Amino acid sequence: MKFGIVSFPGSNCDDDAVFAATETLGQPAVKLWHKSHDLQGSDVIILPGGFSYGDYLRAGAIARFSPIMREVAAHAERGGPVIGICNGFQIACEAGLLPGALMRNAGLQFLSMPVTIRVEHTGTHWTSQCHEGQRLTMPIAHGEGRYTVDAATLERVEGEGLVVFRYVDANGEPTEEANVNGSLDNIAGVRNAAGNVVGLMPHPERALDPLLGSADGRVLFESVLATVHA
Amino acid sequence: MTATPRPGDPVITPALVAEHGLTPDEFERLRNMLGREPTFTELGIISALWSEHCSYKHSRPVLKTLPTQAPYVLQGPGENAGVISIGEGLAVAFKIESHNHPSAVEPYQGAATGVGGILRDVFTMGARPIAMLNSLRFGSLETPRVRYLVGGVVKGIGDYGNCVGIPTVAGDVMFDAAYEGNPLVNAMCVGLLREEDLIRAKAEGVGNPIIAVGARTGRDGIHGASFASEDLSEENEAKRPRVQVGDPFTEKLLLEASLELITSGHIVAIQDMGAAGLTSSSAEMAERGEVGVTIDTRKVPQREQGMTPYEILLSESQERMLVVARQGREEEVKKILTKWDLTAEVIGEVIAEPVYRVTEGDHIVAEFPGVRLVTDCPQYHPEAREADEAVARRARDVHAIPEKPEEADPAWTLERLLESPTIASKRWITTQYDSTVRTSTVLGPGDGDAAVIRIRGTRKAIALKTDCNGRYVYLDPRVGGRIAVAEAARNVACVGARPMAITNCLNFGNPKKPDVFFQFREAVFGMGDACRALGTPVTGGNVSLYNENPLGAVYPTPVIGMVGLIDDVRHVTRAPFAAEGHSIVLLGENTAELGGSEYLSWIHGVVAGAPPACDLDAEKRLIDALLAAIAGGHVASAHDCSEGGLAVALAECCISREARPLGAQVDLSAWSALPLRALLFGEAQGRVVVSTAKADVVLEIARRHGVPAAVIGTVRSASAGLVITVGACAMRAETSRLSGAFHGALPRAMRRAAAETVERDPALAGGSR
Repeated sequence: MKFGIVSFPGSNCDDDAVFAATETLGQPAVKLWHKSHDLQGSDVIILPGGFSYGDYLRAGAIARFSPIMREVAAHAERGGPVIGICNGFQIACEAGLLPGALMRNAGLQFLSMPVTIRVEHTGTHWTSQCHEGQRLTMPIAHGEGRYTVDAATLERVEGEGLVVFRYVDANGEPTEEANVNGSLDNIAGVRNAAGNVVGLMPHPERALDPLLGSADGRVLFESVLATVHA
Repeated sequence: MTATPRPGDPVITPALVAEHGLTPDEFERLRNMLGREPTFTELGIISALWSEHCSYKHSRPVLKTLPTQAPYVLQGPGENAGVISIGEGLAVAFKIESHNHPSAVEPYQGAATGVGGILRDVFTMGARPIAMLNSLRFGSLETPRVRYLVGGVVKGIGDYGNCVGIPTVAGDVMFDAAYEGNPLVNAMCVGLLREEDLIRAKAEGVGNPIIAVGARTGRDGIHGASFASEDLSEENEAKRPRVQVGDPFTEKLLLEASLELITSGHIVAIQDMGAAGLTSSSAEMAERGEVGVTIDTRKVPQREQGMTPYEILLSESQERMLVVARQGREEEVKKILTKWDLTAEVIGEVIAEPVYRVTEGDHIVAEFPGVRLVTDCPQYHPEAREADEAVARRARDVHAIPEKPEEADPAWTLERLLESPTIASKRWITTQYDSTVRTSTVLGPGDGDAAVIRIRGTRKAIALKTDCNGRYVYLDPRVGGRIAVAEAARNVACVGARPMAITNCLNFGNPKKPDVFFQFREAVFGMGDACRALGTPVTGGNVSLYNENPLGAVYPTPVIGMVGLIDDVRHVTRAPFAAEGHSIVLLGENTAELGGSEYLSWIHGVVAGAPPACDLDAEKRLIDALLAAIAGGHVASAHDCSEGGLAVALAECCISREARPLGAQVDLSAWSALPLRALLFGEAQGRVVVSTAKADVVLEIARRHGVPAAVIGTVRSASAGLVITVGACAMRAETSRLSGAFHGALPRAMRRAAAETVERDPALAGGSR
């Protein structure tokens, strides 16, 4: 299964995503340049973290207009798996692939730390191998990760089970203290209706090796492998 | 042909010369070199190149005494960064640099551009940056201005490094009134390269084109290098425009484009346009290559209209590079830059004629006789004499200082020390830095005594740490210089790394003052002593002088950036205790020393006494013993004793991992003859607290290496607290209280900053300390 990792000029987690596909999963991976219209036959698309075009305006606001994003949208439309991580999540929201938007963290500070998230939904391409309520520890590193959405959409997001991950404490509870960036309803990640597109602020590609503190991110990549092969 | 003034150039008067920071003697030297009157453009060029920042005119003779060689050193001082081999065809490039003055007047941009500059120094060697560190010094956190500076500097460092995508993994931060008004902001970058990709900034090949690459040149940062070579004063608030503005996104593009250029083989040299911009980058490349260069300022891509050659040459606009390409490869170079949406324009050429020439179209506006531009720089051997005050402070009997009544319970003192901002957890700072990007951070901020970065595709890892206790250096520069190196080495050894080499950032006051130059000379000698004893050569660095404001000079602060090598990443060792039941072993010896301690400064407001002695042979033995024990898999945790002494080190081992604290039962009765506060809070060097399941093995290894060692206690559960017994005296502290003091101090202080507005620095208004 071929992984396509989109490289915007300011992407800085694209190499990490490539390593996730190649070193961890043993799958081929290719970087997709933002100016290109060619997905090079990729089966799975990763929108990686970083600062796409500098993001001085608003994270992901310009990236959605890039040539490659038109192809990514078409891939998603066809039911192809897409994951947006951190800046990739912001871009996926800006591009309308996922509901909601990411605002500046409640404390107005960039936050780099491990967090615990709880799997809320296993019917996605990216969580099929998880069990509901499973707790995963992985790093966050973002300044704009406060998930927000208007009231009507929130009702739909919660009602249709589009929330995939929530920030929780050590006991698995979505407390205020665990909600480090002030996201609405502790939302850390969401999916589209079909479940092929998932976005999240934490970095599963940074949690693949116990040597670095956690291997909890593996299950997301193993899930997409299982889903596509099934 | 010769240089002639441009229409509209100001007349060169003694006042104008003085404004450019040149002494009458230096101006005379310039005239002699040229054999005629200089043009205004030439005066500008020389004022930058002969500034302390670019020329090292006061420091160079002393720096030459430092050891710089080892079989694995591939590049020593004199290049953009030092480079050492780590085996398997891989090498590490690293350098530390100051951005003190800009950060004092514009903390956010000053710190951000400091990060940008040091990144460029590393990737111009052909290395991909893999880690950043920062060494920061601020005044007392009790003052609003300092809180404003801390907030701005930390955000500036974070925003820049986070955007470029380089993990910021370690550093050191200290607070002392001596840094009021003149904070120190030193940034270190470490990069990884294949040995064959190493490239040097040496102009070569007559006829090769010189290409300006990256951002366009604007009027920002003009005379930044000269600004960095003066004392700070109230007027410096007006020099805010001399501070450059950073654009990390462009930096990221430049990084990728530069590395692509270097591996393409189309270029022969590349250098950052950093301090003194185009002037120093072109002059230094010509000097290293022993060739001439000619540059046409009209061809330099500009972002503003009507810029003069003077402004173009001295601009410190950020994110620019100077490249010497191979003749005929201009289009290939441009193609790579275009891919990254960056500009590249040919602005000059390498020439056989040994001159440094600048033209504006056909008009020669500056012309110097070849390499003399850099080599003819004046050198000074200033007078060195220790200040009477330092002698008196060192001689003071600190044991005579009466204890405060509260100190009857050492747990009270311990809690106070843990909330000293110098000792307290720096998590408020480090959570603002992305420390996990690039997925190689084995130990990040707060995990161990040094950061550890794995080297992908190998079993190796490197350990990184910055260190310097300026208070020790102030009280005894020679000893303080030794300790700075020894502590950095001890820190990387605690995580399991062999200390390899250092870069240094020498932050001092005005070298024309005999007491400051004495500090400088002695501290460098002390560093040299330690580098020789520990086998860690100096591969480069930076000198930042004139760190003064109207209140006086900062503590002499020679910051050490240490790189260590770990052969097997499985042996990486953390600082906090690992598990209940482990034995606690102290390596090294306790003493009665109390001088220069954080205890005296924070609890009693006293900066006095001789700093702890530094026995370099003992330090070497300690490092060897520690590494042997770690490599054998016998060590569960290792943490050195530094600020706050043994009691603070033990407390940190218990509570630094906030989510999983542990307790400890410790018996120090063997040292009950020592003054209690010196035993608990004195800062005797060469000590490491180790926890282990195999105490007998660790003791045997220590004995074999001639290192004093003793089992001093056992790791307990958090509920047991930290209990320390010394003869009849026992101290018990709740882990929750220790943890609250240690983890709460910085957030509490910085919450106050959110509500404050700060106009200008009261410390710059004058007065005496």
